[in-house]
Amino acid sequence: MARYSIFSLLSHARSGHADWPLAWRDPEPRRAYEVVIVGGGGHGLATAYYLAKEHGITDVAVLEKGWIGGGNTGRNTTNVRSDYLLEPNAHFYEFSLKLWEGLSEDLNFNVMLSQRGRLITAHFDSQADALIRRANAMRVHGIDSEFLTREQVRQRVPLMDFSPTARFPITGGFLQPRAGIARHDAVAWGYARAADARGVDIVQNCEVTGIRIDAGRVTGVETSRGFIGARKVAIVVAGNTSRVAAMAGLRLPIESHLLQAMVTEPVKPILDVMLSFGAGHFYVNQSDKGELVIGGDMDGYNSYAQRGNLPMIEHVAAAAVTVFPCFSRLRILRHWAGIMDMTMDGSPIIGKTPIEGLYLDGGWCYGGFKATPASGWVCAYTIAQDRPHKLNERFNLARFSRGYLIDERGVGNVPAAH
Amino acid sequence: MIIPCPWCGERPHTEFAYGGDATIRRPAEPAAASDAEWFDYLYIRPNPAGAHRELWHHAFGCGQWIEVRRDTLTHRIEGATPASGAEIDRDG
Ligand SMILES: Cc1cc2nc3c(=O)[nH]c(=O)nc-3n(C[C@H](O)[C@H](O)[C@H](O)COP(=O)(O)OP(=O)(O)OC[C@H]3O[C@@H](n4cnc5c(N)ncnc54)[C@H](O)[C@@H]3O)c2cc1C
Ligand SMILES: [Zn+2]
Repeated sequence: MARYSIFSLLSHARSGHADWPLAWRDPEPRRAYEVVIVGGGGHGLATAYYLAKEHGITDVAVLEKGWIGGGNTGRNTTNVRSDYLLEPNAHFYEFSLKLWEGLSEDLNFNVMLSQRGRLITAHFDSQADALIRRANAMRVHGIDSEFLTREQVRQRVPLMDFSPTARFPITGGFLQPRAGIARHDAVAWGYARAADARGVDIVQNCEVTGIRIDAGRVTGVETSRGFIGARKVAIVVAGNTSRVAAMAGLRLPIESHLLQAMVTEPVKPILDVMLSFGAGHFYVNQSDKGELVIGGDMDGYNSYAQRGNLPMIEHVAAAAVTVFPCFSRLRILRHWAGIMDMTMDGSPIIGKTPIEGLYLDGGWCYGGFKATPASGWVCAYTIAQDRPHKLNERFNLARFSRGYLIDERGVGNVPAAH
Repeated sequence: MIIPCPWCGERPHTEFAYGGDATIRRPAEPAAASDAEWFDYLYIRPNPAGAHRELWHHAFGCGQWIEVRRDTLTHRIEGATPASGAEIDRDG
């Protein structure tokens, strides 16, 4: 792999940047691999990269039915944070954030991590209590967190409605200073390039249509480009987890739902923190291009459509202009949706399955972008060692039947938490 | 989406609250049901891509629970019936 650097940039400038080599190959799939990863999103590509880098396993293919990063990786609002209450989540997401902090250098690809901090506004006492409890729990786990006064929030985000007649008076705020946003495409491309350089085959336009199992052991996958043998297969397909797992006869505690997001027309810099409205469905950050990237909540019904309905867009926009009156004249440029694999406790499933050699990494709900590095890292470990790492052993599939839910929101079995 | 409520006619889906997969059945004899049956009921969802039978509550309408047949790939709605299985006599 030719390294990207100031020198390569300068030398290619001489030829008008016309002769950059391809960032990764476009190989024909071989007849068999040691490991086949189904799904070329950030998680699948990261799994392949860490298999090669950490475990020396390079006889690996990533099979993607469309183009890499075209699923949720390319559709999300890129909030990266580790502000979780419960222990398994806290350790896992903090490990992920630490990997993020070194990722651009590790991959030799700028993922444009911008650690601008993420602030949740507090509007009433019980909500503030819950946020303070979370901030304290994070500190106990060694993770940065702060609770801000109303004045401190006003200093950070002066454009919010702090008037005496505000519909949602702001009483304080919860901040994780190290939280940030990143360039979603760069994450997929960076992992792809670095995995390819270590020998991994990235095969696009290759849909997995079946999983072949012989005497309780996986032997390969049927694809739109023929059968591909494999000693080990990992399912890393986010919103399509139930469908692909069903090819192996697995029934999962997952529903697929759609989540929308939108961007406004670009404006000058007005917001230098990731802001989540604490009393409704609305969060926002400003992209490097100046657009406001706005997210909210799921539409709330099962869907594989990758598109949503306008009422949720209106609902989120209503919250946006309530707390940021100055947003009211911005026009929305586009909105889109992705399909999320919502587990019944809001936490992911990463581990072995009842079938030998078959692994599952899914159930990311609507918070899996931030998990990309750690998910790939522990998934690679689980595949290589055939047992979970300490960081993902609690995210096993059996936790649902055994009653060990990781229910961050404390709401029981609803496929709507994250 | 427009949902055809059997009682009220065609209404926007924002009048309704979603109640999930209509094929999930609570064990008929709760005390006699095994752990596996409870696990299935509480956690396992077929989650089909395509035809889906699902419950909606006409919260901002007649207040009835209805069963809607909708395609999860296209959001196309085929029809709806009372979740109770009641026959509707529109003239009566
Ligand atoms: C609107 C929106 C906003 C979000 N915001 C955030 C956020 O701010 N922060 C955050 O942490 N997370 C966020 N998320 C969630 C996050 O995007 C996902 O959890 C994460 O990207 C999942 O990554 P992945 O690699 O597992 O999935 P994907 O990127 O979806 O990759 C899965 C891939 O599998 C492929 N595939 C599926 N079936 C097959 C098959 N049969 N054969 C071959 N390939 C197949 C798909 O084409 C796809 O490319 C958001 C999601 C959405 C939709
Ligand atoms: Zn009605």
